Formats: sequence, structure tokens, C-alpha cells
Amino acid sequence: MRAVITVIGKDNVGILHKVSGVCSERGVNVIEVTQSVLQDMFAMIMLVDITGMTSDFSELVDDMTSLGEKLGLSIHTMHEDIFNSMHNV
Amino acid sequence: MLNVYNILETIRMIQDECLDIRTITMGISLLDCIDTDIDKACEKVYNKIVSKAGNLVAVGQRIEKEYGIPIVNKRISVTPIAMLAAACPNDNPVKFAKALQKAADTCGVNFIGGYSALVHKGFSAGDEALIRSIPEALDVTQNICSSVNIGSTKSGINMDAVKLMGEIVKETAERTADRDCIGAAKLVVFCNAVEDNPFMAGAFHGVGEPDCEIHVGVSGPGVVRAALSKYPDASINELADIIKKTAFKITRMGQLVGARASELLGVPFGIVDLSLAPTPAVGDSVAHILEEMGLEMCGTHGTTACLAMLNDAVKKGGVMASSTVGGLSGAFIPVSEDAGMIDAAVAGVLSLEKLEAMTAVCSVGLDMIVVPGETSPETISAIIADEAAIGMVNTKTTAVRLIPAVGKKEGEILEFGGLLGSGPVMPVKDKSPAKFINRGGRIPAPMHSLKN
Repeated sequence: MRAVITVIGKDNVGILHKVSGVCSERGVNVIEVTQSVLQDMFAMIMLVDITGMTSDFSELVDDMTSLGEKLGLSIHTMHEDIFNSMHNV
Repeated sequence: MLNVYNILETIRMIQDECLDIRTITMGISLLDCIDTDIDKACEKVYNKIVSKAGNLVAVGQRIEKEYGIPIVNKRISVTPIAMLAAACPNDNPVKFAKALQKAADTCGVNFIGGYSALVHKGFSAGDEALIRSIPEALDVTQNICSSVNIGSTKSGINMDAVKLMGEIVKETAERTADRDCIGAAKLVVFCNAVEDNPFMAGAFHGVGEPDCEIHVGVSGPGVVRAALSKYPDASINELADIIKKTAFKITRMGQLVGARASELLGVPFGIVDLSLAPTPAVGDSVAHILEEMGLEMCGTHGTTACLAMLNDAVKKGGVMASSTVGGLSGAFIPVSEDAGMIDAAVAGVLSLEKLEAMTAVCSVGLDMIVVPGETSPETISAIIADEAAIGMVNTKTTAVRLIPAVGKKEGEILEFGGLLGSGPVMPVKDKSPAKFINRGGRIPAPMHSLKN
């Protein structure tokens, strides 16, 4: 099972470090990261494997949301099924 | 394969364009709760609903987290209560409404629908008593919705029921006059009611349905409008194509959520209702889609044609996205719940007559329309009869949800707040249809009902 974490907001020092830190605390493995910085806007999409997750998925969502609030970024954590079902026939 | 563009598109739809799952609705049969002792029946009703739907809200919240999509309402629909009331003819059916309210409170759901009667061909035991108890039931409860089916293509229109419903709508508004006539906003009169509708106020669980199932109603007028706004110079058939593709994506989301809810709750998946359901929020309006197509304001000439195209394209896109489409499926046009419709009605561009024409080509009917408080019951009945005739002849569901604004006149505003929004009092004709309504009887079914 995989999930997608998206981070959008003003660029800052250590965003990738902090987001992946939360992942490792919860036993979530980062598979792929794509990121871009346009002027000072930061956009990152992270594909993660949640099969070996040590907690409930909703706790990961809560952690990421509160991290986003702390850093002033918008962080969404969503199960990959939503993207697969919306965009593939 | 996931790609960045698709991921960002989904997030934009949810964040900026008000995409949400409007409701997950659990349909529960109460046929096994029928008892000649009304107190026993009420206890069975409460126990069955709580045992089936006790987890509904928690599961809904879990899915919201999992997929990051808001599920605005968690609701329940039940077997038309008139069928249970039939077994206890000497008791007040309002007891059932109270039992439903208690179950709604325990489960934490937004609404329970099904304080209903199906009388399209005539009244059977329990029907008339239930209908007459609707004003009281909607007065003493908060989260119960009521509906009455007074006509169908197959059986014609029960004009005795039409007459009665004019009185009931008015009485319901009067009894809740101190709460902005809210009772009338929870009461809908149908022709060709569907048995698996997840949307309120008209949801009930038909007798042909399984014991328990889960339905999903999707939404997303904002997403469709945003998609159209990217193509200002496209032809109408190109617009239809864009709407189809967008409806497909929205519906897939509904299908996914329904399947997941069904799995977590351990009940069969019923249907996805492919509706565009507006809310008063900015950017969540069906009227604004029509305006995006090129109308200066919703309600002007051309509105019916735009709406017909929209309604059809939504169905064509959605039907491929879900294996089990049902319910009402189409574009809703509830006036007070749609920011664009409210503006058009206030400006006097959107009239009752235009809305009636629009209901011939879209989902449902005259919905959430505020009329003057002094409107006579016969006039309300006649509006119901007109709307039912459109449904009967066109073999489609039509409905009437009028709110007579007690003490208010044309041009004043009735405020409900929340999802129900606010609506200007719209004028009705002052010539009386009383003689026609008081004749009673039944309008025979149209020729094309004879299909066998």
C-alpha cells in the first residue's frame, strides 16, 4: 500500500528533512521524491510505502497536518487509490 | 501510473474547487420492526438503526482521513414509516419520528430520511395518518426528513394527496415559523420517487432494496465550472466533452469512497448518485456553471438549453465511472442552496416559471423555493400538480420543496443558514386554482405508461 504526500508553500531550510523524519518515526518508507522550487515557492510530491507502518494511517495524516501548520506549509497525505481511481480507467 | 499533474489536479479540486463527497447514506430496512404495539415497534426501530449505523460516522471520518476528501454528510434512510404506522392505527405516528430522532442523536448522523408515505395511487392503512402527522413530526424533531410520493408515470397523479400536501406544506411552515419555517425545508413532495436516493430531504429506503446498504452522493459544481473556465472559446459540444471527463473523475471518487465504506461497514454497496449538488459556498454553484457557458445570468433565455446539456453530460461521464449508478443522478437546482441562483432570483431574472421549465430537463424539481407566507394551500397544491405532471409525462423524478415564509412578502429574504442557505420570497400567481384542486380524484396515467 502506498500513499502520496504533497508539500506546497514557501521554501525553507530542512523541509524534506522534517517530512521524511515524520515518515521514519512511523515506519513509512520513502520510495520516490519529486520537488521543484519556483522563485521561492516550494512544491514536493513524495510517494511512500505504508505497508510496514507502525501506527494507524490517520495518525500519520494528523502528524503531517500539524507539521504543515508549524512550518506554514500545506501538507496533504492521501492514499494513492484516490489518484489511481480518478485518473485511470 | 501516478503523475505529478494528476496529483496536483486532484488536490486543487478538493482545496480550491469545493470537491467533496456530499453524503454517504446508509439505507436500512425497518420491515422487521413492524409491531402492533407502537412502543415496541419504536424500540425495535431504534435498536436496528443503532446496530447497523452505530459506526457510520466513525467510518466516514476514517475514509475522509484516508483519502483526504471531505465527506460533508453522514445520513440514514429508512423504510417509509407509513408502512410501520399501518400496524398501529390508533397511535400517533409522531412516536416513530421521536424514535428516529433518538437514533440520529445516538449515531451522530446529520439526517434520517424516511418519515414518508407512498400514495401515488391511493392511501392505504397508515398513509393518511402519517401524512397528517408530518407538521408535528417535523416540528418536534430536528434531524428527520419527510417525503410523500403523490404520483408516478405508471399510476398517474393522486389529486386527493396533492390537495392534502398543499395543506401539510403550509401547516409545517406555520408550525416552525419561529425557526424560519425550517420544517418545510425538510419536506418534499415527489412524483416518481426513487427508492435508493441518498440525498435529503427525499431519501427513503424502498421495499425492493436489501436489508442494509450504503449509497454515495457526489458533488462538485465548482470543479465543473473551473474546468469550463479554461476553455472560454470552445463550442458547446466541446464543453459537453469537458463536463463528461470532469464528471467521470468526480464519480470515480464516489465509487472509491462507496466501495471502501461498504468494506469497512460490512454492508453491500448500493449506488453512486451522480449529482451536481450545489451549496451556498462561493464556487459551489450550478448556476455559475450555466453562466460560465455563456449566460449573463442564470434564469435568462437559454438557461433550459444549457442545463439540459449539463445534465446529460454529467450522466454520460458518470455512468462509465461507476458500476452501480442510481438515485436521482443529475444536476440539482435548489434555489436557496446555490449562490448563483440566489443572486438570479434576487435580481428577478430567475422566476418560478423558468425554474419549472428547467425541472423538465434536470434532476428533481422545484427545490428550496421560498414563496410568500400568505400563499394559499390550493396554490401550493397546484404548483405540486404542475410539477408532478412534468415528472409523470416525462418519466422522470420531479419534486417540490416549497417554503411558505410565514409573515414575509415578495422580495424579502428568508435565512436558514448552513447548507440550506437563504432565499428571496418569489412571487406566485394570485388567481386561484382552488376549484381544480378541490375536485379531488386522480389524473390518469399517460398513454406511454402502457408499455407491456
